[in-house]
Amino acid sequence: MKPDLFLQLDRAIHEKGRLAIMSALAAAPDLSFTELRDTLGMTDGNLTTHIKTLQQEGYVAVAKSYQNKRPLTTCSLTKAGRDAFAGYINLLEQIVRQNKKSG
Amino acid sequence: MNPNWAEENLQTIRTLMERSAVYRRALAPIMLMAGVVGLAGAATTLFLRVEDPRLFAGIWFALANVVLVAALLLTRRQAMKSQELFWSPPTRRVVQALVPPLFCGLFLSLVFGWVSSSTALDFFTVIIWLLFYGCALHAAGAFMTRSVRWFGWAFIAGATISTLTLLVTHAPCTPDAASLTMGFFFGVLHLAYGTYLYFTEMKNPVA
Repeated sequence: MKPDLFLQLDRAIHEKGRLAIMSALAAAPDLSFTELRDTLGMTDGNLTTHIKTLQQEGYVAVAKSYQNKRPLTTCSLTKAGRDAFAGYINLLEQIVRQNKKSG
Repeated sequence: MNPNWAEENLQTIRTLMERSAVYRRALAPIMLMAGVVGLAGAATTLFLRVEDPRLFAGIWFALANVVLVAALLLTRRQAMKSQELFWSPPTRRVVQALVPPLFCGLFLSLVFGWVSSSTALDFFTVIIWLLFYGCALHAAGAFMTRSVRWFGWAFIAGATISTLTLLVTHAPCTPDAASLTMGFFFGVLHLAYGTYLYFTEMKNPVA
């Protein structure tokens, strides 16, 4: 495998927990915090930390609202997040192809 | 480093994307509730010895509405409990998949009920309901847990086998046979599937 491809992988996404969050959000317009937590089987604290990191990178947008007088936090991918995720998948596919070629 | 890590990562991403796009809400309680109502409906039509096909269809139509309202309430309750939106994108996709086959089944049974007064009508109405309900489940299964598609196939296969058996054996299409068929498919099968979901819907974290 060419090391340069591996080095091009976005470190913010490559971490297991953050990759899971990005993957879940990529398949839905938005997901509530509880939906994300239940889908990924993460703890509240772990999920909050990863979402904060992704928010700082500009990949995830967090919206707070009220539903039935209860607070509702929803997360979604930003345009930058979708592009970064698509780029990450592209690189992974290139790495897989390269691995197959080299046998 | 594992040489297949990129492939494994892609597989994990695919699984997570499928899971987050899938409808997961209150499926086991809805199936169990539908099963109980289905059994109650079959017991009612058997006990009352309903022979008028229109009354038979009317009773089952009323029960279908009971199931629909109860399913909506169960879904809403779970959504509120989890602080989620009731009309979420997965819910919307499931409803959009369910509506066309269910509408076709309803429309066809209304047409048959309008043009015919045969005593065999209720049994063939049952076949239509089983077929279209199976198609509806199969269509919705694209956005739900995979077993829903197999559950849909069970209805389609059941309707096909029942029709072929009738045609081959020339067995009489009695109202009792219609009630028992409804009881088995909409009662027993739903209860069995609901029980299966109840015990298998365990959290399986990937991350």
